[in-house]
Amino acid sequence: MTPAIPGALRPDLAVIADHVEPGARVLDIGCGDGELLAALTAKGCDARGLELDAANVAACVGRGLSVMQGDADTDLAYYPDKSVDYAILSQTLQTTRRPDLVIENLLRIAPRGFVSFPNFAHWRVRTSLLLGGRMPVTKLIPVAWYETPNIHHLTIADFRDLLAARGIRAERAWFFTNGRASHQVMANLTAEHAVFLVSRD
Amino acid sequence: MATKASDTTSGPVIELAEPLLLDSGRTLAGVRVAYETYGSLNADKSNAIVICHALTGDQHVASPHPITGKPGWWIRMVGPGKPIDTDRFFVICANVIGSCMGSSGPASEAEDGRPYGMRFPVITIRDMVRAQVALIDALGIAKLHAVVGGSMGGMQALSWAANFGDRLNAALVIASTARHSAQNIAFHEVGRQAIMADPAWHGGDYYSKDVADPRKTGPESGLAVARMAAHITYLSEQGLTEKFGRRLQDRDAKTFGFDADFQVESYLRHQGLSFTDRFDANSYLYITRAMDYFDLAEEHGGKLADAFAGTKARFCLVSFDTDWLYPTGESRTIAHALNAAGLPVSFVELSAPFGHDSFLLDVPELDRVVAGFLQ
Repeated sequence: MTPAIPGALRPDLAVIADHVEPGARVLDIGCGDGELLAALTAKGCDARGLELDAANVAACVGRGLSVMQGDADTDLAYYPDKSVDYAILSQTLQTTRRPDLVIENLLRIAPRGFVSFPNFAHWRVRTSLLLGGRMPVTKLIPVAWYETPNIHHLTIADFRDLLAARGIRAERAWFFTNGRASHQVMANLTAEHAVFLVSRD
Repeated sequence: MATKASDTTSGPVIELAEPLLLDSGRTLAGVRVAYETYGSLNADKSNAIVICHALTGDQHVASPHPITGKPGWWIRMVGPGKPIDTDRFFVICANVIGSCMGSSGPASEAEDGRPYGMRFPVITIRDMVRAQVALIDALGIAKLHAVVGGSMGGMQALSWAANFGDRLNAALVIASTARHSAQNIAFHEVGRQAIMADPAWHGGDYYSKDVADPRKTGPESGLAVARMAAHITYLSEQGLTEKFGRRLQDRDAKTFGFDADFQVESYLRHQGLSFTDRFDANSYLYITRAMDYFDLAEEHGGKLADAFAGTKARFCLVSFDTDWLYPTGESRTIAHALNAAGLPVSFVELSAPFGHDSFLLDVPELDRVVAGFLQ
């Protein structure tokens, strides 16, 4: 998951950064060491973060970013309604205890949200489970089942189902394989990673 | 000697032109504020940082203490090339009113020429900040780059933001709280009772210079006990265990008496006694009272988020996982209130073994956070 070129944004983060207009207020939930926040700040956004890991928070504050240490499952409740233009969940949804409630909070805090996650239905994951009979360990899911932070694996189809059940609209979706944009067709089979722009009608 | 401390003024002191109107409703005239500065103020006066000191701290952040000769209390944080870089910033630290290092306090002379003693008005954290605002007014500084403080210093930084929100761009609050808890008040009350139960306290009237007068030495035993009790709250159990365990002091066996058999006893006695050389017992009463009265939400209608309605400052809150005096939940509560107020806020709980005192000690991640936040 490290960027191919030093200083270049991860492709999923680059898509998000490209589609947030300068000056927008943004909350990045699970902001890591602040890579996306820094890019958004550089383009004139009022970008703030929420991050669980203290060392990551210290790194963010150390580079001048506004980041709160906190847990997406419990601390989003303290953010006021419609307080930002975009809320971003980058590679965080599958680590939360209640992804559905986190998505609800996301669209309470912001009218629009970006959600990115690894696709558990990618063919490599499917074959690994089918043929190996063991929980897959792949490039995007690199940690064994007993120590992975990913406690709610999902597929692109699962995510679409959740959106439909909750009356949430997928405005756009981007898919990635091998760090490059990939096809929309059969994405649930061919994409390693998805980014959705969601909103509530 | 307590009185020695109160006479000490080694640096600049200003006398406020206007009397201070206090939260108690009383006014205090002829207020003196002793302070130190480090670095230089730039041409547009935009690089000033006020550092607020803790309960028994003073203005000597990065310069030797005039009584003990010890280095400044935050030299690891403040100085050329340090996280609070005096090559870039003009750092101001004022002794709080009520204290005994040159600013007006109970040991100061009242209008009748005699020390105030208990006639000194009860002051609050906000009153301390009012005196600091008057100081930066006198220095011609309209807006501070930041206000920084740990422990009681953090309370002052919060009070600056809540009451003088247009005078600062940022507030950095370390190991602090928006209000004193019942447990905090309880520990302070133990300390105050130790002082007031000492017969040498004499109702606070112990500043006589007459060698024949029994009222010439203060309640040093009481003050030492107060310091011992408080000192325990500044450390973690883990820290005490690592430093002392059950080790004995200069002996091979227990004495079956009440000497300081254990190293931890000897250490606390030393902490208590050395404290009386540099601090005035009445100041200890007044400042602990100010801390106990501190409740930022109460001052602003009961809702903490409302306290920050008048500021656009950036905030950073830091807590330590071993601090049981002002535990992480206190900082998190403040961070949530700031979030609710829509203000830019960073908050992090750092891991450090030293308890509440971690903010004064070697925690490299704190240095990184402080430097990054102030950049």
